Parts: sequence; C-alpha cells; structure tokens
Amino acid sequence: MAIKIERLNYIYSEGTAFRKQALKDINLEIPDGQFIGMIGHTGSGKSTLIQHLNGLIRATSGTIYYNGENIYGEGYSMKELRSRVGLVFQYPEHQLFEIDVFHDVCFGPKNLGLCQEEIEERAREALDQVGLDSSYYRKSPFELSGGQKRRVAIAGILAMHPQVLILDEPTAGLDPRGRDEILDQVAKLHREQNITVILVSHSMEDVANYVERIIVMNKGQVFLDDTPSRVFAHYKELEGVGLAAPQVTYVTQTLKSQGWDIDTSVTTIEEAKQAILRAMS
Amino acid sequence: MKIVKAENLEYEYVKLDEDGKVESTLKAVDGVNLDVEAGDFIAILGHNGSGKSTLAKHINAILVPTEGTLYVDGKDTKDPDKLWEIRQTAGMVFQNPDNQIIGTIVDEDVAFGPENMGVPKEEIWRRVEKSLKSVGMWEYRSHSPNKLSGGQKQRVAIAGVVAMQPKCIVLDEPTAMLDPNGRREVIRTVMELNRQEKVTVILITHYMEEVIYADKVIVMDEGKVVMQGTPREIFSQVEKLKSLRLDVPQVTLLAHELRKSGLDLPEGILSIEELTAALEQCRAGKA
Repeated sequence: MAIKIERLNYIYSEGTAFRKQALKDINLEIPDGQFIGMIGHTGSGKSTLIQHLNGLIRATSGTIYYNGENIYGEGYSMKELRSRVGLVFQYPEHQLFEIDVFHDVCFGPKNLGLCQEEIEERAREALDQVGLDSSYYRKSPFELSGGQKRRVAIAGILAMHPQVLILDEPTAGLDPRGRDEILDQVAKLHREQNITVILVSHSMEDVANYVERIIVMNKGQVFLDDTPSRVFAHYKELEGVGLAAPQVTYVTQTLKSQGWDIDTSVTTIEEAKQAILRAMS
Repeated sequence: MKIVKAENLEYEYVKLDEDGKVESTLKAVDGVNLDVEAGDFIAILGHNGSGKSTLAKHINAILVPTEGTLYVDGKDTKDPDKLWEIRQTAGMVFQNPDNQIIGTIVDEDVAFGPENMGVPKEEIWRRVEKSLKSVGMWEYRSHSPNKLSGGQKQRVAIAGVVAMQPKCIVLDEPTAMLDPNGRREVIRTVMELNRQEKVTVILITHYMEEVIYADKVIVMDEGKVVMQGTPREIFSQVEKLKSLRLDVPQVTLLAHELRKSGLDLPEGILSIEELTAALEQCRAGKA
C-alpha cells in the first residue's frame, strides 16, 4: 500500500476575501505499481492534488500516508519523500539550467548526497531509460528539440530513483510522434521498473491508450475513479464537466443508438475495430 | 486577391560564437512557395522543428526572409515603411495566453492594440465591444484576466487581435495548453471569425481533429512544404503522415484499420458522423 489520502482538504488564502477551497474531502488509495490517468478541466484541482503527494503543498486538513507513514507526522523526512515521489511539472524543459545535459541530470542525485561515482552512474542509467545516448551528454539544452529537452527533464527525476512518478501534462506542445515516444518510454519504465505512474493529461485518447485506472477531478473533488472503459461510459457526464471521451467511444455509442448490437465499452482504436468487426459479422 | 504570398522563401538562423563569428547556420524555411486567398482557412501541420513557426513569424514581419520574398496583402515584408501596415493586416496569437495578456481588466487588454494604432477613443470602445462579443467574452469585460480559464484567456487574446481589425490572423498552436473544453471554445471562435467576419485564418496545430474544417492543409518538413491539399486528401495518406511524425484524427485511423480488415469504407473519413454513416452503408450492403 503505497499512498493513502484521507479526508484531504486544501484552502487557498484562508481568512482573506480570496479564500477558495481547491480540494474537498479527497479519499484515495494508490497501490504500488499502478498506471493511473488523472483528468479534469483547468482549475479542477489536479495540479494542487499532485503537489500534495510529494509535500510541496501542505493540506489544510486531512492526512496522507506514504508506505503507511503519515507524511505530516513529527520527524517525517520530506526530503526522503521527495526522492521517492518524483514530480515532473508542466513544461519541465523550462527548468533545465545546467551547462549540458549530463550535468543537469546529475543535479538531483547530487542533492541526495551520493558519491560522484554513484551520481554519474545514475545519470547514465536515467538518460538511457529515456532513450538518450552518450552523444547527447555534452550538448547544451538549447541544442535539443522540444521532445528531447522534455526527456532530459524526466531523466533528471528518474535519476532520483523514484517509486512514484507523477507527470503533469508531459506531452503538451509536442508533435504526435514526440507524444508517442514520451508515453511509450513512460509505459516501458512502468513495466520494467514496476514504478507507480500518475499521468495528468488533457488528451483523453492518450489516457485511454496507456492507463489502467482513471481519476476524474471536478471542482476540487473526485468525480469518477474507475477503469477507462467504465469512466468513458459516462461520456455525457464527462462533457458536463468540460471533458470528453475518446472519438472511438463516440463511434460505438452512435452506432448503438442507431440500433446496432455493439459493445460500447471501447476506448482504443484496436478495441473499437474488434467491436465493429464483431457487430458486422 | 492573395492575402499572403511567399516566393521561394528561405530563412536561416545564424549561430555566432563568442567572437561574433558565424559558428553554424540552420535553414529553418527552405524554398517555400505559398498562396493564401483572402477569406481562406489554412491549417499548417508539421513536427516540432519543421519550420512552421518560423514561417508563421514571417507573416507579420517578426522575421524577414533571408532569401525570397513574402507579400502580405501585396506588401513586401522587407520594406520597413510598410511594417506597421503589415502588422495591422496580419495579427498573431501564440501558444501561451499568459504571455500575451497585459491588461489588468479584460476590456483594457483588448483596447491595447487599437490604442497603440491611434484609433480615436469612441472607436476603440466600439471595437472592444464588437471583438469581445465575437469571441463570446463580452460578459467578462470587467473581469481580471488572471481569474479566467485557459480557453477564456486565449479568446481574450484573440479579441485583442480582432480589435485591430486584421484581414488575416495567424494562430501558432493556440490550443496546446488547453483542456478539451478550452480547445473547443477556441476552435469554434476561430471558425466563426473566418465564416462570419471573413477573416483569413492560418492555424498551426498538433491536434489533427482541429484541422478537418480547414479549406486547405499544408504539411511542412525540414523547412519545405511537402504536402498540400484538402483535409480529406491529406488525411487519406495515413502512412505518409506517420512517416512525417504526424498523425490523423482517431476516427480516420479507425476507418483506415477497418479498411485493412476488409471493410468497404472510403479513404479520408474525417468525423464521427462520416464514419458511422459509412458503416451503416457498409452493413446495409452486406445484408
């Protein structure tokens, strides 16, 4: 049992005219090794929630347990937590600051107080995991494409050896191939290292293709929490909160409403293809 | 009348070393010829680094060509005397709304452009009203921009450009940072400007679903125009687009896969309605 959130509330600017409750009574369990998608419109509380998970924001009330320990408990090491729960912000490439790729990735492990040899070993390993070979080590971040910069930023987090990897819209602004490359790398890490991944995204298609569980946020609350096919079955409610289902879900729903005997629980192209072929035969 | 015309357009980024000597050059736009008719809705696709944004920045003379010529409404962008006219003819909207909004109140922000052009006061407020109404943000005129959603901010940024009454608007990935609702709002706004106000629209995007309403799609790769045609012509070439690091709308890909499995569907299906209609026909044919 990796992360447990109990009755979490967060209020911005408490005691002023700008008081705003950003999170309301959140209760979630996130077991080890899950691949989770988090969706919700802008301002629904997604980013505020994930910043609680590595202690960047402290809850107004409620508790978060990481591996059974209360992270707000006395003497709990936030530094330890932050090396275990890695958070990749939106547009993380804006945070690259070192003279070259290799130094940038070394920054995290260096702050963990490791020896130079171990730091460099971790940096090489992390860059390898995101698919950047040694020809990139001495390049300035300015010489890289948008997708490459983003992979360097993700490597910087991986070098900390997190058990939980949280990515806030890792594909915004990338071309379709760049988007697939990043998400494939993340899926591979999830598979091979068995790390927990929380993917915050505005792309319903991406979420449907990769994750096993979707948490839908709305107005600071958990609106839905289920498998992709069950979440997207609520496509009308999702539209009501500024979201949508993948296009293929609409295709089977439309066919169903036109009298087809078809499985409407599809969320990916492959599933839709099989469902349509079955319904045709 | 061609609103934008590029003739053998080339642009080179030059990298200088510490002594100011040329270290390397990169040809970001390489021999582009382009004709955009007034009132058209043009979409430009291409992977990161393909030269789309560099090309777009030529249209309101943020960049001027290294070689070749770009005409905006018949004016050569290299002519410094025409600069302000060109920038009034072609307005630009960028990816991040937070970088484009400067006013503390929505209507003041929209007034900034026409104010700088020396438009008389009454006329400014008339334009602010009209452009905020055209993007559906009039009721927010007295709000602070930083309390708006991403889609709303981006529509305010568009209103700011519309208030300068350009004949042409260039939008460089205006929806990249928005949620699905925000994307729908912005695209609907842009389409209405095009259809009702007859503003020429040049839209750069990575979302293939936004391209299907365009009159013409231009695909760029390594600074060159490699494909040109209607959305249907372009999206019929699934494999070629994939080789250019691009994609097609999810329904188009589903139709393509179903064809490969032997269903008799036309190529270049663009929307959910088209696919379900084609599947109905297919089923009726089988029965």
